[in-house]
Amino acid sequence: MSLVIAKDITKNYQIGEVVIPAIRGLSFEIEPAAFVSFIGPSGSGKTTLLNLVGCLDKPTDGHLTVAGADVSTFTQKKGAGFRGEHIGFIFQDFNLLPVLTVYENIEYPLIMVQNVPAPERRERIQRLLDAVGMLDQKDKYPDQISGGQKQRVAIARALVTHPKLVLADEPTANLDSKTAHTVIDLMKKMKNELKTTFIFSTHDTKIVGEAEIIYVLEDGQLVSRNVQGGNNNA
Amino acid sequence: MRNLFKIAIRNLLRYKRRTLMTASLITIGVVFVLAYISIAGSFKNMMVAQITDSSLGHLQVHRKGYMAAVESLPLNMNLKPRPYKILEDTLKSQPEVEAYSPRIRFGGMFSNFVETTSIRLNGVYPDREFKTTPLLPTRIIKGEKHLNRGEILVPELLSVGMGVKPGDAIVIVTTNKDGSVNGKQFKVSGILESAQGPGGRDGYINFEDAMEVLRMEEVEVSEVAIRIKDFSQESAFTKKLIGLLGKELNQKGKPIFDVHSWEKLSPFYNIAQMIDVMSIFVKVMLVAIVLISIMNVMIMAVYERVREIGTIAAIGTLPKKILAMFVIEGFSLGVLGVVIGNLIGLSIIFVLNLSGITFDFGRQTGLILRATIAPLDVVIISGIVILISVLASLQPAWKASRMEPIKALRHV
Repeated sequence: MSLVIAKDITKNYQIGEVVIPAIRGLSFEIEPAAFVSFIGPSGSGKTTLLNLVGCLDKPTDGHLTVAGADVSTFTQKKGAGFRGEHIGFIFQDFNLLPVLTVYENIEYPLIMVQNVPAPERRERIQRLLDAVGMLDQKDKYPDQISGGQKQRVAIARALVTHPKLVLADEPTANLDSKTAHTVIDLMKKMKNELKTTFIFSTHDTKIVGEAEIIYVLEDGQLVSRNVQGGNNNA
Repeated sequence: MRNLFKIAIRNLLRYKRRTLMTASLITIGVVFVLAYISIAGSFKNMMVAQITDSSLGHLQVHRKGYMAAVESLPLNMNLKPRPYKILEDTLKSQPEVEAYSPRIRFGGMFSNFVETTSIRLNGVYPDREFKTTPLLPTRIIKGEKHLNRGEILVPELLSVGMGVKPGDAIVIVTTNKDGSVNGKQFKVSGILESAQGPGGRDGYINFEDAMEVLRMEEVEVSEVAIRIKDFSQESAFTKKLIGLLGKELNQKGKPIFDVHSWEKLSPFYNIAQMIDVMSIFVKVMLVAIVLISIMNVMIMAVYERVREIGTIAAIGTLPKKILAMFVIEGFSLGVLGVVIGNLIGLSIIFVLNLSGITFDFGRQTGLILRATIAPLDVVIISGIVILISVLASLQPAWKASRMEPIKALRHV
């Protein structure tokens, strides 16, 4: 069964009396353990779409199912619970909590969201710190590490809850080219190891090629679906 | 919960200067309130003790209607033997009563054989009077600290005006309730310092001497002053005594007794009330300081951390935990201010007591200020500050917990 099923979803924003369509009748399905990228120019609807899939926003119309749940009916509390259970987030600006160390940032969702017992917490965090190459930096605060290191911590934080789906909105936008490739390689490696679905948005053409499936958006509409080394569907 | 506290405290440390300033404001407020309450409260308690222990007693019982005519010290309004016996039996059976003293109050003429003036006198049983008003012996500034038969304690102002001193002979002339005049010679045993409140400038003679000079054939008393063991229970005991004595009716079916607490007998009660009202105002000011400073700092904290709130909400933190995070931050700030405030405030009280500051009240000079504060008051003030800190954090915390993550994440 597909992890994400979108059927004719639309999203309109109302600014005063003006209605601005951000997503116009999108339909797609994403399978588990996929490595998917949404690309397109600014204003094409990439972030809006990721927000919908991440249960941070609700579609104006259409049906959106994530991990078997109709997310368009969620309340604020239910949405938070669902996100904590099934979805991991990687942000463009890393969004680490400045008052927590690297270790504590990764630990945060296990304590505050999932209530994971301490021994299991330690084991999971150590494994991820090792996997993202940040074990020796675990006691540093976010302002003591580089942008690439921050994003590696953010990836570990997103994965520590064992989510079915990780959403990354422009995860390499604030990184140099070399670091961007390192981060995407890391995401890919984690996807292969943990069988987690990764969906990321980008307009960085240098890293687009890393995705297995590429959806191209323009003006809120899906204009193509490219499978690396496979079929191309519009 | 431990992690919520950890995050809250680290966020407070993150803005050290702001935290320090807010905590300082709360500290200053707590110090001011502790110092004010300890000084004003101690001043009040000291003055109340001076008044009640010097002459008034904690409460008094009179015959109904006596107090309305007290200025003329009416002898025909005294309690007769039967009602006095009822009153005495009632008082003896009350475990709250430490001591009581029957008094005959009357006015007369005081003569030193050269000149004559008026005087108000209390006829008392000295041992019972000294137990009921334990500061009375300390008011005897010259002469012997006792009052035997045939002796008189003369008020200081009268002794100065009439030029009498301990050991001198004087004569008291008075009229009894039937209008007949009688006189008796007394030896001045001591000079009595004036005290605040009614009866504070009266002289004292022995009860039997009063009966003799008034030609009383049986024991009649103008008033009974009562001292209770626990002064904090004065109000409750007054109510109890009113209830007990209110059942005693005369032949016309009207109450025999009138019970008056010190508050009704002393004009100082109004000053004491004013001190209490000012204490409330000072506490209200503290509440306002805490409320405004904590609310201000928490609103700032929420505003500055909108993106962080968006992040933790996005990764699944429930609204109630976000609310708790900010409320705990306000709570911790309040606790910090209270702890430092209590330490400084109690130190100031300690230093004040060490320095032995003195003050004057009326004719009483050199009273040493003993600033004290009850542990319960410290707990109440601390509790108020912490409660207000939490309440002041609620609105910003609620706002943070209700933020839509998508809007919060877009915040610049």
